Amino acid sequence: MPYEQPDATGHFGRFGGRFMPEALIAPLDELDRAWTEAKADPVFTAELDRMLREYANVPSPLYEATRFSEAVGARILLKREDLNHTGAHKIRNVLGQALLAKRIGKPRAIAETGAGQHGVASATACAYLDLECTVYMGEVDTERQALNVARMRMLGAEVVPVTTGSRTLKDAINEALRDWVASVDHTSYLFGTAAGPHPFPSMVRDLTRGIGDEARAQVLELTGSLPDAAVACVGGGSNAIGLFTAFVDDADVQLLGVEAGGDGFDTGRHAATITAGDVGVLHGARSYLLQDQDGQTIESHSISAGLDYPGVGPEHAHLAATGRARYVPATDADAMAAFDLLCKTEGIIPAIESAHALAGAQALAKELGPDATILVNLSGRGDKDVHTAAEWFGLIDGPVVLDEGVEE
Amino acid sequence: MTRMSAIDELFEKTRAENRAVLVGYLPAGFPDVKTSIAAIEAMVSAGVDLVEVGLPYSDPVMDGPVIQAAADQALSNGIRTTDVLEVARASAATGAPTVVMTYWNPVERFGVERFAAELAAAGGAGLITPDLVPDEAAEWIAASEQHGLDRVFLVAPSSTDARLALTADASSGFIYAAAVMGVTGAREQTSSLAPTLVERVRAVTSTPVGVGLGVSNGEQAHEVATFADAVIVGSALVKALHTGGIDGVATLAAELRAGVER
Ligand SMILES: Cc1ncc(COP(=O)(O)O)c(C=O)c1O
Repeated sequence: MPYEQPDATGHFGRFGGRFMPEALIAPLDELDRAWTEAKADPVFTAELDRMLREYANVPSPLYEATRFSEAVGARILLKREDLNHTGAHKIRNVLGQALLAKRIGKPRAIAETGAGQHGVASATACAYLDLECTVYMGEVDTERQALNVARMRMLGAEVVPVTTGSRTLKDAINEALRDWVASVDHTSYLFGTAAGPHPFPSMVRDLTRGIGDEARAQVLELTGSLPDAAVACVGGGSNAIGLFTAFVDDADVQLLGVEAGGDGFDTGRHAATITAGDVGVLHGARSYLLQDQDGQTIESHSISAGLDYPGVGPEHAHLAATGRARYVPATDADAMAAFDLLCKTEGIIPAIESAHALAGAQALAKELGPDATILVNLSGRGDKDVHTAAEWFGLIDGPVVLDEGVEE
Repeated sequence: MTRMSAIDELFEKTRAENRAVLVGYLPAGFPDVKTSIAAIEAMVSAGVDLVEVGLPYSDPVMDGPVIQAAADQALSNGIRTTDVLEVARASAATGAPTVVMTYWNPVERFGVERFAAELAAAGGAGLITPDLVPDEAAEWIAASEQHGLDRVFLVAPSSTDARLALTADASSGFIYAAAVMGVTGAREQTSSLAPTLVERVRAVTSTPVGVGLGVSNGEQAHEVATFADAVIVGSALVKALHTGGIDGVATLAAELRAGVER
């Protein structure tokens, strides 16, 4: 039987659903209807395809990473989402949601962001489609991703630093939801990952699945057969679900999600939600999450701001529970070693998020051996991470002055 | 509808007295467990009829800054779910029907059945669930039936007629009408959306309707009492506790109580 999820009420097996204030239920129903209609409307899909092609540089190429393959001991094919406009897979999702916002006729958009990539993509799409844009970002993240804050402001977005809770991505989502509950009559929430209440997980999957659909055809064309494995990093899960969806019914293709292992998942300082979390409810859906004995959310830790989230999208919880996909952690150190290797062997600076997928592929190559073909989603480029990486590798002598008076 | 709950009895009594029920919210453990109990006792003595004990949660998406800050403080003092149940026990001991207001994950983590059993054993009357809608509540509906607890679900100005009917059907005790599209917090003016919402709920159910979000003083309480069965006050009481201590809570509760007399 082909895989068909979620059910009509947004459940992927026992996961997903809608754990939201009643005030947002009717608007979520409306969004669900609007999306269902839009994706069946050839005028809408043609316009979205045109935007992706002409504006976002999609489809992204598949790239045979020969020297990296030699170094890790298996044939590694990279899906080059880093070459998309704004430098990550996120633009696919946001262009779709922003075009839907236009279609519904809501003039204002809000978004949350962790690393700033989804915020930048949102600010970009809003400039392009003439929408007013407010981005919520945890104060801690505004500091470690200062360049992206500047980028968003340059693009005309208002960036609101969130100072509540742990002042990171989860709190930015909380604050965006508080805004939305009060503004939903004229505001769309451009959700940045395949999590949240129904219909976000399946809508974001619909919008990112081009990654896997393209890559599946590209791999077939290049090699004549399907890859042995498809590997992606997992924060909330949008790039991973975008890659996996095309392969879910291909039983011989292993699906591997790589979570942020931080200092090591046994240290308690990590963001390996499926590996080390428990089932619960956060941000509108039942899934795995990092929580204490009383169900209070635990702060996550990762060198990668984009993976630094204590929850994960419900479809990944389902794929993990059914065994269709496997989820493993890569530590900060593993990811940075893979980051370094890709820089040195291929001349590609990956996003630190994507470096986690590379680390996962490296470990998998050891398991599968030299005859294996491993497809890796290179979800983004590393320009935004140059500062973090330079610090990690000790390449910066003095402090870097970003702003007058602000030392990093 | 077999048996009258403590909340049903309260509404019957206030109907006879021709006034609205005054519902007061305070988070357990703010500023500490002992003081939160004393504040609840003081607000009941001053005229609060029904107590909502808040369970502090790390990600309170329905709450504005006042309640967020109180929850943060309670959590950093180390409040546990078992402490919240103790506060509920102390509250119920005042004689005022007591419900726990909680986001869903802490209940699920504790065990829905276990939470219901322990709340009932503590004398609690039910739960208000701001992020649990009836559509996802099968387990809670079963557990609340089992333990004789009331289920207070929320309705909002955006709720469709079909959702109002579905929610009313699943609710017992009373229905919580969120007066505005927004989060908790005192507002200068009472909501113009609330009377219409109450009217729409009344069209589908005879279960009493309480109005909350934004009520902060006696005058506003009086205004809401003219069209709702219960007036729900949260942030204003939390703020009163923060700035004026127990006396501050008692003073505000007395003012609100005068307001709900019609
Ligand atoms: C390049 C890149 N990859 C991956 C992620 C993680 O998000 P997701 O798990 O939704 O793909 C991010 C998030 O910011 C990102 O910027």
